[in-house]
Amino acid sequence: MQFNPKTYRLDNTASLGRAFLLIGILGLAIGCVGLITDPVRFFRSYLVAEVFWISLGIGALFFVLMHHLTGSVWSVVVRRIPEAMTATLMIMAVAFIPVLIGLHDLYPWSHPEAATEHAIAAKSSYLNPPFFIFRTVIYFGAMIWMAGALHRASLRQDRESHGDHQRISRSISARSVVPFAFICSFAAFDWLMSLTPSWYSTIFGVAFFCGAAVGALSLITLTAIFLHHRGVLKREITGEHYYDLGKLIFAFVIMWTYMSFSQYMLIWYANIPEEVAWYQQRSGSWLPLSLLLPVGHFIVPFVALMAQSAKRNLTVLTLVSLWLLVVHWLNLYWYVLPNFSRTIDLSWMDAALTVGLGGLFIWWFWRRLTAQALIPVGDPHLEESVNFVSEY
Amino acid sequence: MSDSTRKVQGVLAEFSGPKELTEAAHKLREAGYSRFELHSPFPISGLAHAAGEKRSYVSFVAGVAAFLGISAGLTMQVWMNGVDYPLVVSGKPFVSIQAFVPIIFALGVLLAAFASVLSLLVFMRWRYHFPTFSSNNFPRFSDDAFFAYIEAQDPKFDAQSSREFLERAGGQRVEVLVGP
Repeated sequence: MQFNPKTYRLDNTASLGRAFLLIGILGLAIGCVGLITDPVRFFRSYLVAEVFWISLGIGALFFVLMHHLTGSVWSVVVRRIPEAMTATLMIMAVAFIPVLIGLHDLYPWSHPEAATEHAIAAKSSYLNPPFFIFRTVIYFGAMIWMAGALHRASLRQDRESHGDHQRISRSISARSVVPFAFICSFAAFDWLMSLTPSWYSTIFGVAFFCGAAVGALSLITLTAIFLHHRGVLKREITGEHYYDLGKLIFAFVIMWTYMSFSQYMLIWYANIPEEVAWYQQRSGSWLPLSLLLPVGHFIVPFVALMAQSAKRNLTVLTLVSLWLLVVHWLNLYWYVLPNFSRTIDLSWMDAALTVGLGGLFIWWFWRRLTAQALIPVGDPHLEESVNFVSEY
Repeated sequence: MSDSTRKVQGVLAEFSGPKELTEAAHKLREAGYSRFELHSPFPISGLAHAAGEKRSYVSFVAGVAAFLGISAGLTMQVWMNGVDYPLVVSGKPFVSIQAFVPIIFALGVLLAAFASVLSLLVFMRWRYHFPTFSSNNFPRFSDDAFFAYIEAQDPKFDAQSSREFLERAGGQRVEVLVGP
């Protein structure tokens, strides 16, 4: 791997990409053994892994949308990382097909006997397989369009000196952000909440979105630090930018806590049977994990990132980001598995499939990242962004 | 009292924009000035850095106060509902941490906010009237003007040379402010 400081491109990166592709194929191949030995469990693991990697693409798309909408200067130098991450939504859209194949193993509302249960039958005009597939296609189609349009505008900006690419990107973002918010919410309702179709929580989509933002910001930070340790973009991405990334992680950690706790407290207080059942599923054998989440997803990163100096410290940021990716996965695992099992249920397939899809995700992400200049060289705010000083 | 017996308080200069003010801050520091104030209608990114501003202690005080607020909120509710006047509310245990959280949070925020404002005033040494207010031009600091002000207490201060310095740095309408 070699950095060309004139074009801001990385050369000779194919071997690393191939290594990740290999890990991906190996992981999926091992995971597919489970498809034969225990197909029902396979689909559960697959859903967790799939939603985990999609969520990172969704969070990255949010970052790009916000960057253009707010016209922020500091994030210009890191923008290429989330832009390349959003390209993985395409891979993850294809990788969603096994979930659709396993629809009947995963979603109780797809069973024929669901029609006999009043609470679920009443929702059947929304929760039925054709409409579910249709919605999923819409979610992916819309998000891939948003991500593609913004990425293309950004790459055009590198090549062409004429044209107001910033205005175009801003206009795309302005039209996308409200549909994006709905997609986030409804995707979480469909893919995760409808696993127990009698349960509902309007805040669930926002909590999922906050987790996705935490995960994506962590991966963006890790990528920037990885490049930094290879001596790439050391002068361009400075402590000031890491400081702002740290602040955003900190903020979204708090927002995730706010949303998750609001959902929990209202349900706990009202104590209505059909609502509280979801938390009942997550007590008993699941209680240790249920208690780990507020500690791991809130207290640990909150304390670790509280000091100004911690957010500028690359070692602290690396550890916190890695930790947050793990807890974000645990959070999704905790959303999915207790719907099926009364006792804690870890399987080797969880690891194999998460690593497998992750290999594909990072392979594609790395490919797209290295196929372009690592910073948007045509952006009029680039120099301002490099010299950016963050102070509050 | 005649003008000659009134004390010189400092020199005030107006600058045309945020960039000019930041440059002036750089020049002031390079020239060795340490006691000067910069005023702008909106926060300017990089200005505090250019002025060599040190880390404020307000956030530490706010942090301690937030911790006190959280402890107070928890202790208060555990004692009230658990010990002093146990009352069954919708069938929940007397000590239900879940229900206590909003009040714990609110008290933490409240004490932190109070402590921020109070500690700010303390760190300002309870000064609320500044010589700059005697300038008729100065109220525009909250509207459309950018000001640099050198205090007479600065060891490098000299009414004549500081005035010339600010003029050279691009300052307009430079005034020497006198006060009682």
